[in-house]
Amino acid sequence: MKALIYLLVGCVFSVGLILSGMTQPLKVVGFLDIFGSWDPSLAFVMGVAVLTTLVGYRLVFLDAKPLCEDSFKLPTLQHIDMRLLSGAVLFGMGWGISGLCPGPALASLVAGSVGIYVFVIAMFLGFVVAPKLIK
Amino acid sequence: MLNSYVLASAGGLLIGLSAILLMYFNGRILGVSGIVSSLVSLAPSNKLCSAAFILGILISAAVFKQINPAWIPGALPMSLPSLFIAGILVGVGTRLGNGCTSGHGVCGIARLSKRSLAATATFMTVAICTVYVINLLSGVLS
Repeated sequence: MKALIYLLVGCVFSVGLILSGMTQPLKVVGFLDIFGSWDPSLAFVMGVAVLTTLVGYRLVFLDAKPLCEDSFKLPTLQHIDMRLLSGAVLFGMGWGISGLCPGPALASLVAGSVGIYVFVIAMFLGFVVAPKLIK
Repeated sequence: MLNSYVLASAGGLLIGLSAILLMYFNGRILGVSGIVSSLVSLAPSNKLCSAAFILGILISAAVFKQINPAWIPGALPMSLPSLFIAGILVGVGTRLGNGCTSGHGVCGIARLSKRSLAATATFMTVAICTVYVINLLSGVLS
């Protein structure tokens, strides 16, 4: 049941990414290019997504617990540290270079190009290497 | 042009909806880097759920690619070493920073998390500067 929910969520999320243009790296780079030929439309993706989630979460949290689990599992870390910020810096560099963040990168696998395979394999390598860097 | 704003908003609505669904049913943050990286993590996690999530992403993508391939063009036509480096940066960065555009940028900000606000402001600023520098360099070199 839980896995089925993840499957459904993945489907809906992916349609959201595709309709909004997040799976078009050139469009993403155009959104980030605020000093050049800026395409501001992607700001609406984040804006609407945040507002929708903000309202939706409030309604969901009115219930004592989620439908399929015993409790909500929310991040407990509170403080802003160097690990958080340095991670965000590295991610920002990678996102700026490629126009790809993790969700759109996975969706783009269906394009079947060598470039996207290389990116996703490197991303998974990064996932594996990262915990070793922390120690 | 107007069309792209309408589509962007509709997409944003669906992204928000998927985050709400996951919280309502499973009580989890929709963070792509977290869910996906747990597949290759040694820490205990529900790998079946992670695999199902990726499968869901791929199913929708495969369907929409049939409708219009321009929606999912794949990676930018840049050198493979550049894409490799970008992939490593995204993988390492999202693990160190505990989140990406979805987990911090959407869910975290919607929870008014200080950490997510700081992370999002940081990666947005760095990404904008990166694009600026790349454009500057390619202008100089060409």
